[in-house]
Amino acid sequence: MLKVLKSGFFTTVQDGGRLGYLNKGVPVSGFMDSFSATKLNLLLDNKESAAVIETTMTGPTLEFEEETYICLGGAHISVTLNNNPIQNYKVYKIEKGDILSYGRLKAGFRNYLAIKNGFKTPEVLGSRSWYYPLTPKSHLKDGALVSYETCLAYDPKISEWQVDSFLEETVLEVAKGPEFEFLDDRQLEELFSKEFSIANDYNRMAYQIEQSISGHTINLLTSATLPGTVQLTPSGKLIILMKDGQTTGGYPRLLQLSDKAISILAQKKYKDTISFKLF
Amino acid sequence: MSNYSLSIRPFGVHAILVEWPNEVQEAILNDILQFTSYLESNCLNVNKWEIVPSYNSVTLILREEPIDFNKLKERLGQWYLQRDKAQERQRYLWRLPVCYDLDFGIDLIEVSEKLQMSVAEVVQAHTEHVFTVYGIGFLPGFMYLGGLPQQLEVSRKTTPRLKVEKGAVGLAGKQTGIYPQESPGGWNIIGNCPVPMFNSKSNDPCFVNVGDKVQFYEIAHAEHDLHKIEGEVGIYKLEKTKWDA
Repeated sequence: MLKVLKSGFFTTVQDGGRLGYLNKGVPVSGFMDSFSATKLNLLLDNKESAAVIETTMTGPTLEFEEETYICLGGAHISVTLNNNPIQNYKVYKIEKGDILSYGRLKAGFRNYLAIKNGFKTPEVLGSRSWYYPLTPKSHLKDGALVSYETCLAYDPKISEWQVDSFLEETVLEVAKGPEFEFLDDRQLEELFSKEFSIANDYNRMAYQIEQSISGHTINLLTSATLPGTVQLTPSGKLIILMKDGQTTGGYPRLLQLSDKAISILAQKKYKDTISFKLF
Repeated sequence: MSNYSLSIRPFGVHAILVEWPNEVQEAILNDILQFTSYLESNCLNVNKWEIVPSYNSVTLILREEPIDFNKLKERLGQWYLQRDKAQERQRYLWRLPVCYDLDFGIDLIEVSEKLQMSVAEVVQAHTEHVFTVYGIGFLPGFMYLGGLPQQLEVSRKTTPRLKVEKGAVGLAGKQTGIYPQESPGGWNIIGNCPVPMFNSKSNDPCFVNVGDKVQFYEIAHAEHDLHKIEGEVGIYKLEKTKWDA
C-alpha cells in the first residue's frame, strides 16, 4: 500500500479514462495531462493507460509500504525521496518505508506519480479514474491507502528520458468546432489576435477564461461536448471543457483543442497566459 | 421513409457531428435513433466508437486515432440512405414514482403561482403526460425530458441553487428532469423521485436510453421512503413496458 501522510491540495488516482459511457452522461475523466502521464507509463513498461497519482499545485507526502519502482513527470516540483531531491522522467527504486515528499511548485500545475504496473484502486465502469460520486471519494485524504503490486526487481529498458518540456508553451492548437462558422469577423479577430488568461475558476471539469469576447444570441439544442471543447456563453465568456467536463451542452462549440493542447492547458493555473492557433 | 438533409461537420480530429434540422421533433429523434442503431449494428465498431445522440444530432467519437473526415462524411451519407427500420433498438416506457409533497417540491408553490394553476393542477399535468428522453448528459444519468405541455413551461430560477437534492424533479423552460445526484442546479424543484437513476456498479449504469418514454405518477411520502430504501439495497422493481415508435 501507498500511505498518504499529507494529501496535498487535490490529489487523485487517474488512468486512461472511462470509455463507453458518454451516452449515459459519464465524462471520460482520466489524466488531465495525458501527454506526460502516458510517457511515465511507457518509461515503466506499463500499459499507457495504467493508473497514476495526479497532484494539483501542492503535492502530497507519501509513504511506500512495499518495494517497487516509480517515476514522476508533468509539473516541475521539488520532490524528495527520503530527503534526497529526485528528477522528473527518471525511474527510481523504492524500498519499504521510503518517503516521497512534494515541495515547491516551480512550473506547471499537475504532477504525475507513476508506479510499476500501475495503482490498483478499484475499477468503476472499467476505469480507476476518480470522479465523484461514481467513485466513493473525489480526492485523497490524509491517512488514505492506495494499493499497488510489490515489484522486487525490474530492469528498465531506459531509466531516464529527456522530455521536451511544454510547461512554458502558451499557444493552444485548435481545430474549428462545430459552430465555428457562426462567428462573425469581430469575434474571429478577438479570438485569434488576443492573448487570454486563466480565470480564477478552473478545475478538472473546465477552465474559464478571464477576458470575454463579443457575445451572441444563438440558440442551440443540447448536443455532445468533449474534453477540449471551447464554448462561448451568450455574454461572451469562453469556457474550455476538460476531462471531467459534462458530456452535453447548449453553448456554441467554437473550437476543439488538440490532444497536446489539452495537456498544455492542464498545466496552466490562475493568471497564466494562453492564445489559440488554428492548425 | 423520408430523408432529412443532414449537416455533417468535423468536431476536432477525434469526432464528427451529424446534425438534423434545428427542431425538437419526435420524427427527427426517431430518424436519429434509427440511423444510430444502423451504425452500431452494421457500420462502426462499437468497442472503438462512442455514439452520443441528443435532440437533433448525433456525435461519433473515435478516441484512439484521428478520423479521416472527408472519407467518413461520404460513407455516413451512404449509410444514411441504407438505414433500415428493422435495425431499431427496443424502446421502453418507464413509469417513475414522484412524491410532490411540499417538503420535496420546494418550488411547487412558486411554480403554481407563476403558472396560475393550483398545486394539484401542476401535479396532474406533470403526471398525465408521457415525456420523451431527448438526451442524457449534464450529469451521469440526467435525462433531458421533452414533450412538456405548454401550460407547465416556466423559466429557470434566476439564481441557481448551490445544492439540489438527489432525486429532485425539476421544471425548466420546455424541459423536465430528475437530478440523479446532489448537484448545483437552476431548475424549479417540484418533487422527488426515489428511484436511483444511475448505478455505477452496474454495467448498464443508467436503465434509460435516448428515445425512451417516461411517465411520472404521484406517491405519498411513506411510499417514497420505502422505494428509496428499496432502491438503495437494489430491490426496487422498475415498471417498464415496450414502446414502439
